[in-house]
Amino acid sequence: MDLDFEAPLLEVEERINELEKLGKGSDIKFRSEITELKRKAKSISKKIYKNLTPWQTVQVARHKDRPLINNYIKNICSNFIELHGDRCYGDDQGIIGGFATIGNRQVMLIGHQKGNSVEENLKCNFGMANPEGYRKALRLMRLAERYKLPIVSLIDTPGAYPGLEAEERGQAEAIARNLAEMSQIATPIIIVITGEGGSGGAIGIGVGDAIIMLENAVYSVISPEGCASILWRDGAKAPLAAENLKITSDELLKLKVIDEIIPEPAGGAHRERDETMIAVKQTLVKYIDRLKRTSTSKLVNKRYEKFAALGRFGKKKR
Amino acid sequence: MAWFKKSQKSESKEKSELWNICPSCKAHVYKEEWIAGLKVCPKCNYHDRLNYQERLDLILDNGTFKEINSEISTNDPINFVDAKGSYAEKAKAAKKKTGMNEAVVTGCGNINDIPVVVAVMDFRFMGGSLGSGTGEKILLAAEYALRNKRPYIIFSASGGARMHEGIISLMQMAKTCAAIARLNKAGVPYISVLTHPTTGGVSASFATIGDINISEPGALIGFAGRRVIEETIKQKLPKDFQTAEYLLEHGFLDKIVARKDMKEFFTQFLPYAMKTPKRRR
Repeated sequence: MDLDFEAPLLEVEERINELEKLGKGSDIKFRSEITELKRKAKSISKKIYKNLTPWQTVQVARHKDRPLINNYIKNICSNFIELHGDRCYGDDQGIIGGFATIGNRQVMLIGHQKGNSVEENLKCNFGMANPEGYRKALRLMRLAERYKLPIVSLIDTPGAYPGLEAEERGQAEAIARNLAEMSQIATPIIIVITGEGGSGGAIGIGVGDAIIMLENAVYSVISPEGCASILWRDGAKAPLAAENLKITSDELLKLKVIDEIIPEPAGGAHRERDETMIAVKQTLVKYIDRLKRTSTSKLVNKRYEKFAALGRFGKKKR
Repeated sequence: MAWFKKSQKSESKEKSELWNICPSCKAHVYKEEWIAGLKVCPKCNYHDRLNYQERLDLILDNGTFKEINSEISTNDPINFVDAKGSYAEKAKAAKKKTGMNEAVVTGCGNINDIPVVVAVMDFRFMGGSLGSGTGEKILLAAEYALRNKRPYIIFSASGGARMHEGIISLMQMAKTCAAIARLNKAGVPYISVLTHPTTGGVSASFATIGDINISEPGALIGFAGRRVIEETIKQKLPKDFQTAEYLLEHGFLDKIVARKDMKEFFTQFLPYAMKTPKRRR
């Protein structure tokens, strides 16, 4: 999946690849040209990424090479122990979780899993969880509360799965239950929206004390395509819907829905994966340490007030 | 021909003033009978939507309702505009049409002398969608119930989150659920009545997490829309899919209560809930 707006960049990158292949063995031959091209690539990517439209940001947020939860587990976590099953019905791979150590700090890590290959995509349903996924996440969060471990939740989903069996098994209730329970869980909860924050499926594991977002992630009440087909009666108007829905990190920071943006390297997280994951790790460590200093009762009260204040525009005294 | 068209129109208007056509079975029912029957079809038991006033009249003792936070109105946090115009205009039109400030009315009143706090959603106001004003009123009413230790009853009727308010509408799901969680913790009863229809973001928030969840016969309740599901799974759905009866069968409702019995149900139920000591979580 190439991004069409990246075309000038891809062209230069291709040329660099070619030269590197040609120059193999005789390093000096193309060195200066390669250095020059790399400089050029950097300036082009900076230029492109500084001016992404909301719809282009959606494409970046969905890019197949963007780091996914399994990449984060491999690259910024140690001693990961995956836990399975909701103890009611089954084990959903659309949301996974388990004990993890991030920079020497023990946490409960949960998050959506989209999968890196077609086979994996199918196994975890492209990150569209069923009720079991949400219920497993809740079980793990309860466990974290009991073991006094902070919770880290990584969000990357097109949405909760809209299937027959998902309805039968109470998709709505599973999400709603998590929203209520997460508001009271007496341990720090840190949310990072790493890719797509797709509506109820995202917020179903998205209530916490710190809501952080990667620069080119998106978070929305409805997909731009869905919104366009309902309100414009035309799915092709998705770019316009994306713009009007205000789903990019800078807009969400202004709306106070998120607390911090993790900048992505020029060229996006899919181009500089390691750098991106390290930035996420550093931010997580910062928030884990910061939130651990607050008493849990105070934390829970602040969490309540944080969400209660969202969408309160008057000055009404309570 | 203009005169002809006109007279035909007024004739059919006259007809529609006398008769009500059941939205479900298309039976013609005298309007008087329809109203006296609480907008329930005598032929097929279809429970038609009630507006907030009709719902309050049905459930509360006469003259006991006191509205709270009526001044809270819609907000336009993202200055939203779509193909048909601005959200601001749409909200204005909804207010004019319904005489309401938001898609929910909240307040306190009595059910056979038992004091309660109620929130009643009205589908006429932008499909009962959950906007920031809606969420705020639902939260404030929950806090009122908490302070006064009164049972909180929400009658939901909603197509889901109000996408015109973007991410802020999604946040109302978390916000309202946080308020319900506080009631749970304090042992203050919360009862959810899911009326036709309760779908999307409202079904995936406060509406499905009552201490008890009840509904009316035939009410549509579900997370995803029928069309979306059919397109996703590439098959037709059963006819009773996402009805109250279907949800009862699958374990997500405690009871289906006919409209005429609703008040009596609460009169019998509430004494069980009122004595609840502080519950542990």
